Amino acid sequence: MSEVIVHEYGVGDVVAQAEYTLTRDSLVRYAGASGDFNAIHYRDDIAAEVGLPGVLAHGMLTMGLSIQPVVDWLGDPTLVGAYQVRFTRPVVVDPVDGVHLTVVAKIGQLDDEAGTARIDLTTTVDGETVLGKAQVRVTLP
Amino acid sequence: MNPDLISREFEKTSPYVVGREKVREFSRAVFSSSLVNFSVEAAREAGFADVVAPPTFPIVVQELTFAQLLAEEDAGIELTHVVHGEQRFDYTRPIVAGDELTAQLTIASVKTLGGNAMVVAESVIEDAAGEHVVTAVSTLVVRGDA
Repeated sequence: MSEVIVHEYGVGDVVAQAEYTLTRDSLVRYAGASGDFNAIHYRDDIAAEVGLPGVLAHGMLTMGLSIQPVVDWLGDPTLVGAYQVRFTRPVVVDPVDGVHLTVVAKIGQLDDEAGTARIDLTTTVDGETVLGKAQVRVTLP
Repeated sequence: MNPDLISREFEKTSPYVVGREKVREFSRAVFSSSLVNFSVEAAREAGFADVVAPPTFPIVVQELTFAQLLAEEDAGIELTHVVHGEQRFDYTRPIVAGDELTAQLTIASVKTLGGNAMVVAESVIEDAAGEHVVTAVSTLVVRGDA
């Protein structure tokens, strides 16, 4: 008989959440740190030229910050098995006000025998989701 | 968009040495508050050789394989026409400062949808011992309009 791990989690539970404000400074910082110097992330004129509604946050910056609350909750980086997102809506960063993002991490699926879970992330700007199918495969702490 | 990319063999990238300050810089940029991303002491206490890179750090190494893809003259891909559609990472272990990483690119699929093409680029990232660290998979949408 296999042992079933007893833990405190249930499907639908919110395990972590956080709020972030991105400014143009954040984009410049991410560009330097990541090496992604695509000008649509810092030049209004070029963003407009290619038909964008404004300077956009790097998709990988949104992806990178969205998993941070989960990493904090897990407390151990080796527990992250896989992470995926779809970039579904551009995140426009106002030069003065920046942009406000909210991340909510919920248990989407549990495998009690394996002690693993799928964490579903909802990242929103003004109530609209900007990532689709944002999922983290984790080993439960 | 060239469908022959699927059978193409790309060379492994030259080793990328993960620097401690690079890890800290990247960690700040993605709003990390994990101590193991910044403090060598905290990382060693947690059993790592050095500071630990955040989960999306492999994109920095994968970027080297995107450069290989864009450099293929017959690929038909121009950076200004590329939109990042999806991203996935499958981890064997976290990246830590001091790692020497290489990436091997394969094009898993090329699909044409209307005037656009969807390219799935998979980069297998290994350490100096040849052990798997992480596989990074990107879906790139190449716009055929502009």
